[in-house]
Amino acid sequence: MEAPAVVVSNLYAGYGGEAVLRDVSFEAARGEVTVILGGSGCGKSTLLKHMIGLHQPLSGHVFIEGRDITTARGRERKRILRSFGVTYQSGALFGSLTLMENVCLPLEEFTRLPLAAREAVARVKLAQVGLSGAEHKLPSELSGGMQKRAAIARAMALDPAILFLDEPQAGLDPVTSAGLDELILSLSRNLGITFVIVSHELASIFAIADQAVMLDAQAKGVIAQGPPALLRDTSANPKVRQFFNRTPTPEP
Amino acid sequence: MPVQNLSATMTHAAIPGGVELRLSGRLDATGVARLWTKAAQAAAGPGSVMRVDASEVNFCDGSGLALLLELRRQAELHGASFTLTGLERRFRILFDQFSPADVAPPPTPRQRPGLAEEVGRKTAVLLEDMASIVAFVGEFCAAFAAALANPRRVRWRDAIHVAETAGANALPIIVLIGFLMGLIMAFQSAMPLRRFGAEIFVANLLGLSMLRELGPLVTAIILAGRSGSAFAAELGTMNVNEEISALKTMGLDPVRFLVVTRVGAAMAVTPLLTLFFNLAGLIGGALVMLSLGYPLAAFVNQVQMSVHLPDLMGGLFKSCAFSLLVCAIGCQRGLRTSGGASSVGSATTSAVVAGIILVAVADGVFAVTFYSLGW
Repeated sequence: MEAPAVVVSNLYAGYGGEAVLRDVSFEAARGEVTVILGGSGCGKSTLLKHMIGLHQPLSGHVFIEGRDITTARGRERKRILRSFGVTYQSGALFGSLTLMENVCLPLEEFTRLPLAAREAVARVKLAQVGLSGAEHKLPSELSGGMQKRAAIARAMALDPAILFLDEPQAGLDPVTSAGLDELILSLSRNLGITFVIVSHELASIFAIADQAVMLDAQAKGVIAQGPPALLRDTSANPKVRQFFNRTPTPEP
Repeated sequence: MPVQNLSATMTHAAIPGGVELRLSGRLDATGVARLWTKAAQAAAGPGSVMRVDASEVNFCDGSGLALLLELRRQAELHGASFTLTGLERRFRILFDQFSPADVAPPPTPRQRPGLAEEVGRKTAVLLEDMASIVAFVGEFCAAFAAALANPRRVRWRDAIHVAETAGANALPIIVLIGFLMGLIMAFQSAMPLRRFGAEIFVANLLGLSMLRELGPLVTAIILAGRSGSAFAAELGTMNVNEEISALKTMGLDPVRFLVVTRVGAAMAVTPLLTLFFNLAGLIGGALVMLSLGYPLAAFVNQVQMSVHLPDLMGGLFKSCAFSLLVCAIGCQRGLRTSGGASSVGSATTSAVVAGIILVAVADGVFAVTFYSLGW
């Protein structure tokens, strides 16, 4: 059996010496969709930022395809960073570049593809996310949903084996959101891309997630892990059932 | 991971009526980069049939797909039939998702507008800009008058914070520039005046030019660089983050809430900065005179004789007016920002440029007015 795509082991994370996450360990299997979920303020985004190497953990390790991103430096670190793609909540497209230039940027910097090829690849990526014909638009000329999809196209530019998405569904209408789900599933099944997604959109979690990792603000760590439908129906933890069944906290 | 064939290769052979391309290996960015030119050449004159055999392709990612789709597009462009055989099912599914239209370059990427259109657009932008400045002046005057009429509604804490960042924190650079300017001007003018034995008149020159002209002007330019730009960037970012919209929908006037405090605070501190600039300049001049052998008392006496209170007050009044112009235009540029990071940048640039231009124009107006008033 192949090594898992992403392994988080005994991760302690926090800011200013105060831990937001304690002893978080889980694995994201290759080619599967893993969703990190939990209520607001439970440290989902913090965990993601540690997994992609933006922040240094207090202790613990994150292995991307077997390589430790928390200790890697220099060229090794660059190699790890190139093996995955990330999209941010707000899209984070470069505002002064057109969509085509946004997608072409990593291709230009990291491959030797000739110009025509870069543009063809970029067009394929944009077509994959349903944005053909918008190549020459600036990000500010796009709707929120289109910006999200363009960000995914940019993250996929180098065909990474792993994609990290930070709340891809946030602020999208149900139809666009369902389209995005389908896109994620198709990329995962056909290209074998591993997805690690931070989300709390239940409908989409049930539609796409092979595995869910649930964080909790009080426990400051993982309180449940497994296929989402199974967690909803059989979890012993009332908080988990509550989350998946969308029930409000009962009055004390 | 199993060891994969890492090299992508391509052979092409002529077949009756067309060409056959045989692809093999790993079609990723590295492989495709190697094959692209060759493949494009082979596909340029396909005849009536193009066959692509991909049975030995063991991996195909987005770059590979782009290559295959480009080949298909080329074939269709030249009116040839295209067949793709042997591609693994999982890649075939991806390939079939695309229609040729998806990957065709748009017919005309971004039409360049003609000269007339360009001139028209620029004029429209200019007129719109002027109209918005007029509107802003109106809004600002109304808000400022309201603040004067009802000082308790002014957010004094914000104003004091601005007074500190735009005023107190600017003191070191103001003093440094003032001192150096005084020093340099005194030194440069002392040399030619010495020929006529008129070195003592350096004091007259320095006192008048500093207090009436250079003090207010240089302070305003430093203010434009330090604070006008900061206001534009801050309000611009607030605009991009929809904070300005939030204020508006809360029923708070952004001009009263953000602009009046900033401009008011800057107007209050800039004359003080000008005073310090003047003082530092005179100290610089005195230092030069001391080094030339004149006693301090002679220098001070000469300055006192040549400069009078109206000179100082006129200068301070000018500096107050300059600070109004510089900071108001900074805020206006910030509030007009739309879009993302680059528009914040251009708002900042435009705030500094417009601020300096306004100051220069206003200085000219003041010079003429003061002259005709006989000051």
